[in-house]
Amino acid sequence: MFYRENGQYKTTYGADQQMLPILQDRIFMAVLLLFAFIGVPLLASDYLLLSILVPFLILALAATGLNLLVGYCGQISVGHAAFMAVGAYSAYNIVLRVPQLNFLVVLVLAGLIAAAVGMLFGIPSLRIKGLYLAVATLAAQFFMDWTFARVKWFTNYASSGSVSTATIDLFGWRVDTPARKYLFLLAVVTVFTLMAKNLVRGHLGRAWMAMRDMDVAAEVIGIRPVYAKLTAFAVSSFYVGVAGALWGFVHLGSWEPLAFDINLSFTLLFMIIIGGMGSILGSFFGALFIVALPILLNQVPAMLGLPLATATKSHLEVMIFGSLIIFFLIAEPNGLARLWAIGKEKLRLWPFPH
Amino acid sequence: MSDAQGAGDVILAVEGVTLSFGGVRALNEVSFDVREHEVRSIIGPNGAGKSSMLNVINGVYHPQQGTIRLRMDGALREFHDMDPHEVALSGIARTFQNLALFKGMSVLDNIMTGRNLRMHTNLLLQALRIGPAAREEIEHREAVELIIDFLEIQAYRKTPVGRLPYGLQKRVDLGRALAMEPSVLLLDEPMAGMNVEEKQDMCRFILDVNDQMGTTIVLIEHDMGVVMDISDRVVVLDYGRKIGDGTPEEVRGNQAVIDAYLGVSH
Ligand SMILES: Nc1ncnc2c1ncn2[C@@H]1O[C@H](COP(=O)(O)OP(=O)(O)OP(=O)(O)O)[C@@H](O)[C@H]1O
Ligand SMILES: [Mg+2]
Repeated sequence: MFYRENGQYKTTYGADQQMLPILQDRIFMAVLLLFAFIGVPLLASDYLLLSILVPFLILALAATGLNLLVGYCGQISVGHAAFMAVGAYSAYNIVLRVPQLNFLVVLVLAGLIAAAVGMLFGIPSLRIKGLYLAVATLAAQFFMDWTFARVKWFTNYASSGSVSTATIDLFGWRVDTPARKYLFLLAVVTVFTLMAKNLVRGHLGRAWMAMRDMDVAAEVIGIRPVYAKLTAFAVSSFYVGVAGALWGFVHLGSWEPLAFDINLSFTLLFMIIIGGMGSILGSFFGALFIVALPILLNQVPAMLGLPLATATKSHLEVMIFGSLIIFFLIAEPNGLARLWAIGKEKLRLWPFPH
Repeated sequence: MSDAQGAGDVILAVEGVTLSFGGVRALNEVSFDVREHEVRSIIGPNGAGKSSMLNVINGVYHPQQGTIRLRMDGALREFHDMDPHEVALSGIARTFQNLALFKGMSVLDNIMTGRNLRMHTNLLLQALRIGPAAREEIEHREAVELIIDFLEIQAYRKTPVGRLPYGLQKRVDLGRALAMEPSVLLLDEPMAGMNVEEKQDMCRFILDVNDQMGTTIVLIEHDMGVVMDISDRVVVLDYGRKIGDGTPEEVRGNQAVIDAYLGVSH
């Protein structure tokens, strides 16, 4: 069967507005999800689950959140790890102080707190853009780093400053084995991705993109910048806050304030630059790339019989990231997602390119 | 040509508006009014202050002096420092001299943004896209499809606007404004840079909007043939001052207007 929409006529606007209008895409997505939910937990090793898939899923969620703000609404943030920290420490404190709450409720509350903080630090975006806004969000990063390192209440007065979490229990289903961690994250990330996709196809998403593409025209057709920008900050921080809580509870288990420092903020930005600004799919590509590259660098040379020194590997990693970021910024600002779209376009015409 | 006698009451009045940018007086005590259902043109040499006038009406610029009156609930009301959102709510839409489309979005989505003012489902419903959110999306899509049909751009629905030729982008800009179902439509040089056929199409769209939907049109245009043809009344600006106001015939005979245009390549 050719990859094509020929013959798939849409007779209602509802059908035309589906998330995946082409039948083959829907089949592909269904198979992928089935495989992810059933095949992967059966087949994947613990190493693959814990070292690649768990961080990949959480980072993809965080990148999606950042992409809503930067890629869709056009507002830069170089402090998003701070909102991850807010999510993580909020979840930690809620679990500590109200242990009987279900973790799903904790996640939502942690996200809401992160959203509130994100909105607060988004207020400067109403007056400033670009570089100045970047600096303002940097302030969020430093302020939150300082808060969680210095205000001992947040870390329950732990002398080392590091906090550790108990195993998540969902209605008696303990998220303890690698496969369960993976499945739990997969479910959360699937739901949040669907919601992000719906948001960007709805009127709020269009308001964000309008703000990004031409703010004066957006205002003249009645879009309020205050509303568009602050909702973008709020939703974005909500996603990133939930990702932060998951990063702390599922991936790290215990962490210190440095776990959410500015390096993580930059990593999030690199993911959406490489993966694709303004693309949910791109957020996943970017996260996969960032998680997989160090592992590839570790294993491919060894397989080829060229073992690299650890120092060389980390140098190589930085060099590859650096050059790719410059490449994508100059040649393909829409990242891997755009290359994917071009590939699909070609496939749609194949084998008759006219 | 629409009929000046068909024009109704004043729907928009500009009174004594002065707007300066530093030392530059872009508008100097300009007053004029716009009547319901008419085609009101604003002409003048480059830099005369025409676009600035629209920006004042839209609430993008706030004049140092003067007021704007808008018809709301049947009465002319005076407004000060309205922001663009409030102006949009009051039923005024606008197209731009230099294309101001949302480049990263498709034709359909660009025009859909014109419906944003009328879409109210909350964030959570949109994220879940259930019930009211899905219905609202379809309902407004139907309204937008009527505009797409009217502007004859069905073939480009899903095309990113940036890929369209200039003339079609101008149509999408008009479509986005029409999606607001405005009572007054401000058009800033909708035919600039077009060839003869494209201009004819655009003229036809403007007149159809005026006739069929009863929309009041405020038109900035440099092509005097077009202006004299389709306007009911014309305002002439020069160096920020109003130097003429009246029917096309009156304006054409006005000595100050003739002088202003002498030596200017129009
Ligand atoms: N944002 C601004 N800042 C400073 N000066 C401005 C600004 N906008 C307009 N001006 C000045 O105001 C004057 C009027 O400009 P405007 O764009 O309104 O003219 P116009 O009649 O639309 O001209 P054109 O026919 O070239 O479009 C010009 O001298 C212009 O330089
Ligand atoms: Mg102008």
